[in-house]
This record gives sequence, structure tokens and C-alpha cells, in this order.
Amino acid sequence: MTLNLCSRALRALLLPAAFLLPWANTASAQVFDPTTFELDNGMQIVVIENRRAPIVTHMVWYKVGAADEPAGKSGIAHYLEHLMFKGTETRAPGEFSEIVANLGGRENAFTSQDYTGYFQTIAPRHLALMMELEADRMTGLVLTDEIIEPERRVILEERRSRTENDPRSLLSEQVAAATYLNHPYRLPVIGWAHEIKGLSRTDLESFYETWYAPNNAVLVVSGDVDPDEVFRLARETYGNVAAKILPPRVRPVEPPQLAPREVVMRDARVDQPAWSRRYLAPSYVAGDNEYAYALELLADIIGGGTTGRIYRSIVVDQSLAASAGAWYSPGNLDLTTFGIWFSPRPGVAVDTVRDALDEQIASLIKDGITEDELERAKLRLIDSAIFARDSVAGPARVLGAALASGQTVADVEAWPDRIRAVTVEQVDAAAREVFNVNRSTTGVLLPAEGDSRT
Amino acid sequence: MMSALTRAPGAALLALTLIFAPAVAKAFDIQRVISPGGIEAWLVEDHSLPIVSARFLFPGGAATDPAGKEGLANMVSGLLDEGAGELDSRAFQARLADQSISLSFSASLDGFSGRMKALTRNREEAFNLLRLAVTEPRFDAQAVDRIRAQILTGLAAGANNPNRIAQQTFREAVFGDHPYSRPVTGTAESVGAITETDLQTFVTRRLARNALIVGVVGDVTAAELGALLDATFGDLPERAEAFTIPQAEPGGAGEVIVVERDNPQSRIVFGHRGVSRDDPDWYAALVLNHVLGGGSFTSRLYDEVREKRGLAYSVFSYLQPLENAAMWMGGAGTENAAVAQSIELIRGQWANVQEFAVSQDELDRAKANLIGSFGLRFDNTSSIAATLVAVQFRDLGIDFLNRRNDLVEAVTLEDVRRVAERILDPAALTVVVVGKPEGLAATRTVTDGG
Repeated sequence: MTLNLCSRALRALLLPAAFLLPWANTASAQVFDPTTFELDNGMQIVVIENRRAPIVTHMVWYKVGAADEPAGKSGIAHYLEHLMFKGTETRAPGEFSEIVANLGGRENAFTSQDYTGYFQTIAPRHLALMMELEADRMTGLVLTDEIIEPERRVILEERRSRTENDPRSLLSEQVAAATYLNHPYRLPVIGWAHEIKGLSRTDLESFYETWYAPNNAVLVVSGDVDPDEVFRLARETYGNVAAKILPPRVRPVEPPQLAPREVVMRDARVDQPAWSRRYLAPSYVAGDNEYAYALELLADIIGGGTTGRIYRSIVVDQSLAASAGAWYSPGNLDLTTFGIWFSPRPGVAVDTVRDALDEQIASLIKDGITEDELERAKLRLIDSAIFARDSVAGPARVLGAALASGQTVADVEAWPDRIRAVTVEQVDAAAREVFNVNRSTTGVLLPAEGDSRT
Repeated sequence: MMSALTRAPGAALLALTLIFAPAVAKAFDIQRVISPGGIEAWLVEDHSLPIVSARFLFPGGAATDPAGKEGLANMVSGLLDEGAGELDSRAFQARLADQSISLSFSASLDGFSGRMKALTRNREEAFNLLRLAVTEPRFDAQAVDRIRAQILTGLAAGANNPNRIAQQTFREAVFGDHPYSRPVTGTAESVGAITETDLQTFVTRRLARNALIVGVVGDVTAAELGALLDATFGDLPERAEAFTIPQAEPGGAGEVIVVERDNPQSRIVFGHRGVSRDDPDWYAALVLNHVLGGGSFTSRLYDEVREKRGLAYSVFSYLQPLENAAMWMGGAGTENAAVAQSIELIRGQWANVQEFAVSQDELDRAKANLIGSFGLRFDNTSSIAATLVAVQFRDLGIDFLNRRNDLVEAVTLEDVRRVAERILDPAALTVVVVGKPEGLAATRTVTDGG
């Protein structure tokens, strides 16, 4: 991956990383209107026609992520994702990438707690070849020590770059570990450094053999293509890969949380304090999921941009914070979190801002939201589903993530209707349910002891 | 092992790519729209979605910030949507939010730009709010305080960001007293010194009709856009105040500067003079850079530093054609113990491209990727609009998108050799390392004084 070195708009810098990730809560839409198929071997296929430009995005999503790793072996899913570019019984290491590059394509891959995905964006006439190559690496990956050892160093550099060099990332790792006592969401996707160092070739191969199979994969193709043609090509390529008997995807379940948790990190590299609190919350498919859509609206009403309640109150009216907001990631396969955050203004104590934020939450729980707030939030979210179509890869990511995380195409398509159906009473009930301090974990990032923050 | 990686299958496919290289620009027609009032915009009509995107640019960005007021253009960019005309900040933001209109501004060294995106049903109001923002910004004291606080917090939060430190140190080392050495976001001191008058003055001087460059894509016709252009930008002053940024003469050649920071990984930024956008060798440089460090998973730097040795997660090079200084830049991140080795390898590749010239196969593959991937960016209204603005800013001509791939295709081995000979010079690289590198011979070390 290349790094973008352009200077960005300032406000973007103030957002926590979590804000950049949950596309599912802003970008789903009734309007994708996809065509779906299933191969005999159980592979799901979703095609989104978009004829505006001669471009296609071809993605394969595996329903396996970091949270499916064996205990004590964090980092396998992500390590394997890197190794998937290293060749098979029929393709030399790097050959797939060479072909994509020579055809003017772009490619990459990603790993989350719940899924692992691979994609290429390329001219549509090369789609058949992309399918052939992607189907090829679904089986027959060749791993040798000569291949995995340099890549282990790359991944440890990636971890230093993403996490160890950045106190904010180190804190969010510690906060995740405190948020979940038992569920593997407590572990970082990239893995703990000492466990990455200990992973063996057998660990990687066994994970690959267990989970990489057509009946555990979703093919999503978006762009200038004909759905029937995609299905035909998929049958000729992915259709030749044998299904496997898959283990059940069962993760350890969280025990009830009975007390608030707090992680305070002081680091000499910190000049600007930051505060966030996350509450355990249902996702679309886990916990009391009837609240999921109400919580998406709640996140917009209290934390949406510069017009949400939190920003208006503690940033604009009280001038206590430089920025503030809320987030909610409903796409998780298991229990997720609803978060609130702020960066204090220079010279304002973290505790002062936190008290003001707590007051906001208390008055929300006491008085609820208004009909007017709800209608405005609904309009924005439903409109966001139209904007989501202004992209080739975006709709593929939304549908792929949903299907890999326990949702259906029908769920994604019904999203605007479900948002529209939420009532004031449901949002108020969801707020009362989620804002329970005994089910919260707070993360505070501060300068080193003795520094000037109060 | 990996050096044995034969790329024959890729090469075999190459011929096909070149023959069928897509004429990307044919996917859309660019119209030059001149409004009744004489304002020009480039338009790509696309009625497949009820969405319209506009991008615009006024030349003259942070490099025009007065000394002592660094960060002025950036601060203006944060304030234009914080109250304008009769609407205070709260009312203005509510109008945007309630109609799902995205409107934002940003400043770079060379320009002040903005972007707007709206649904067709809110199109008139979106352009109206844009009009207010660029012609009647209020700069109310409370909004100014708030945005200033946000900028200061951002500066504090980024003060120990290794990449920011590396970039800033590099620019100071290379550009000396030239305005390009200044941080776009300013410093705590300079941002603190910016007054409401400074903000107003920037708007009056820079935002004018003769400087305006506009690109629009989406659900709007040429006739409709003509009227919207006059309504939106017609009240801007006719002429921007002239400004000159001197041509920069990059210095610091051969320097290795270490900024000590207690991080496990060192961030490395390196570069020297490059090729300007209007240089006849621009496309040769583009192709050469692709071979050297431009390809994401296929470049000499990537192969040597990451693929073979696992020394870095990211290592890359790129061309940075600023208006008054062309640079050839690169970056990497590597553990402190491996910094010296990584820099040695990077310098070695820099020299290799010169000494062991690019092969025909490498050239063909680089061209194939640059040509084939060019169209991939046109997958949404906003990125197409951004391209329309960039092509006008660089004065490349309205037929540029149809010619661009031919320009890449025309690059020969001879061209690439000439550029390597003319520009690349490993001994001239200025290298900045932020971290605790081991065994590195630095020409200057900056210890962490806070």
C-alpha cells in the first residue's frame, strides 16, 4: 500500500481512526439493486451493474477474520492475507500482482475481525482472468520459510508503523483489550508482536486449509458488467473449486459487564489529550439487534458532524472541546460498541469536558430526542444511500462486508426502509439501553506525568 | 528466491493491453461552459444519478501566506462554511446538514480549493450556500476562536507525528527561506497571530473571477450550469491581486538529518530536485518513477527493500511538481536497527536506475500500468470533477484526457535514460530520518527539545 502524503483538511485529522472505517453505517442503500447467484459449491455471488465508466471491481470476501484465530495465535488472518500474494502450485510468487499491474489494474487486500477480502479494480475485459487467478489461490497456496520469513518482518514493520509509533493506536489497542473480557475482539487484528513472531508455517497453512473455500466465500463484482456473464465466468472458474466441510464459526461469548472500566495512558509523545468512551452495544446481527437502526439514528443525532448535539453543546456553545462526536459500528458479527469522544480545547481539563459530556448524555436519557431531530437524521441517512451509489468499489464493499458478517442482501436493500420506520420512542429506548456506565470502557490519552495538562 | 521470479506470463499479456488500452476519456464528453456573465467551467453531464459534484480552485495558497501569519489560507478554508451572509455558523451548518449538502474548502501550498456535492433536489440551495461562503463569509469572533482552537489542537496532536516531522524538516532543509519551507497549517504562534482582517484580506485578494477554475460533474445541463455559475460566482471581485512566488532552488543536497524521537520505527523521507509538470520530459520521468518506486506492488524499491528483505511495510517514490519547485520524493518506514541498511538500498536503487538502465520489458510494463490504470480514477462524480480542475490548472487543454495515454505510450528507452542521467543523483538526495536510527552517519542531528 502506498501512503498518501498530501496535507489533509484539518478536521479530518481530529477524527479518531474508527470514524474512517465503518462505511456500513453511512453507505448502505436500498438502491444497489444487485443480482445474486449461488454456485453448486456454495459460493455466493453478488453483481452490481454500474455502466458509467469502463471499470470493474472484483472482490472475494472470506467469512473469516482475526476473531476466528486459535487462542494464543493472534495475527494469523492478516499474515495469511499478505502471503496470499506469494504464489500457488501454478503461479509464481508475485505473478498475480505482476499480471494485474501489467493490465493496468489496481489491487489490494484487507483483514478485519470478521472477514478477509481481496480485490482488483481493472478494465472489464480482464475480469475472466482475475477470476481465474483468484480462484487459483483459493487452493494450492505454496508457503516456504523463504517466503514467510521476510513477510513476517514486513508485518512487524506494519505493526510498528500503525501501532507502536502512535500512542493513540497503542491506547485503542489497550482499550479494546479492556472492552472485551472474553470475546476475541479484545485482540488486535494485526496481532500482538510476540505472537506474530511465534506463528509457524503450520499455523498459517492450517488456517488457510480450514477457512479458504468457495462455500465460505462471497464474490462481489461491481461495475460495467453483465450479471449473467459474470455468473457464467464464475461457474467456469470458482465453480471448479471443491467445497469443504467448515467448522462452525463460534466465538467465546462475553460475560455480563458489571462495572465501568477505564484505561489511562500517559506517553511522552502526547501533546494533545484525547478522551473516548465506548459502551457495549448490539450490532445488526448480535445482541438486542432490534435497537441497531435506532442506534444509527442516535449516533447521527448526537454525533453527526457539526450539527449533532455533542458538537453543538461542548464545542460550539460551551467552547470546551476543539472537536467531539459519536460513532457506532453496527456491522460486527458479534457484540459491537457505541462510542463518544472529544479533544479538549487548549487549556481545558479533560475532566471538565467529560463532565459536560456526561450532562449531555444524562439529559438525553431523561428528556429523549425530538421528532424534528429524528426526521432530520432520517433524511440525511436515507440520502447517504443515494450518494453511496456514486462509486464502483463502494457498493461492493458495503455488500461484501454485510454478507461476510451475517447479513443478507435483503437486509442491505431494506436499510432505508428500516431507518425510515424507527420511532422517537425506539431511539429513546435504545439510548437508555446503551448508555449504561456499567457497560462502558473509557480511554484517556495524556501527556507524560509532570507535563502541563491539568 | 524472489529474484528468480520470472514475469513471463505478465509480459505475454502486455501486447493485448497496449492494443486495447481503453480510451478512458471517451467514457465522457467534456463541455466547456461559458456562462452569460463570462464565467467558464468544464462540465461532464451524467444524469444516471440525481447527484451533482463541483470542484473549484483559486491559484495562490499557503505559499502566499504573509510571514508571521503562516496558516492563513488553511484557516480561511476552515471558516468559509462557519457563517456567511445572514446565516451564522449554526444556521449555515444546519442548512448544509438538513439538505445533505457537502461543502468544504482546503488550502495547499499552491492553491485554495473547494468541493461541493448535493442531490439534484437541493442543487440550487447548494450553489447558493457556496455563493455565500465565497462572497460573504462572516468570520464571527466565536467561529474564529473555535476554528483556531481546532487548528491548534490539530497541531498539538500532530506535533509528534513522525511523518509530519519528517516532511516539515525536509522542506525546511531543502527550501530554506523560500515560502515552500513553511507549514501549510502554520505554527501555534503564527496561527495565534492571525486576525479577522487577515482572513478578510485573503478572501478579497485571492477569491476572484479571473482566478477561478471550476469543474462540474453530474445531473445538470450546460444551460442550467451557466445560470448557476453567474448566480454563484458573479459577485466575486473581477480580478485577484497579483502575487509572485519565486522559483525555489532546492538546497540541502547530500544532507542526512536525524530528528531524534523515541519511536521503535524510523520514518524516512528523501528526495531531490525533480521534473516540472511542463517539462518535455515529464512523461519520461513519470514512467521512470513508476519503475523506480511508483508501482504499488511492483517497483525496484518495493522489490529490494520490502519483498526481498522485509525491511519496510511501505517504501515508495513519487514526483511532486509544485508550481515553483519540482521535486522527486520518496519515503519509507523501517525499524531503527535497519535504517542504515534501508537508506543504502534506496541510494543503490537510485544509482542502479542510472547505471543499469531500465530494460525494454520494464519500460513496457510501467507504461502498460500507467496507461491501463489511468481510467480507474473516474469512478465517481467528485474525482472526475477534480480531474477537470487539475487539467485546467495545469493548462493541459480540454482534449488532454484523450491525449494523455498517447503521451505515456510515446516514451522511449532513450527518453527514460536521458531523464535518469539528467535528474537522478543518489549523492544529492536529502534524507530525513525521524526516530532512533542505529549506525547511521548523520550530517545533522536534532535532539528532541520538545
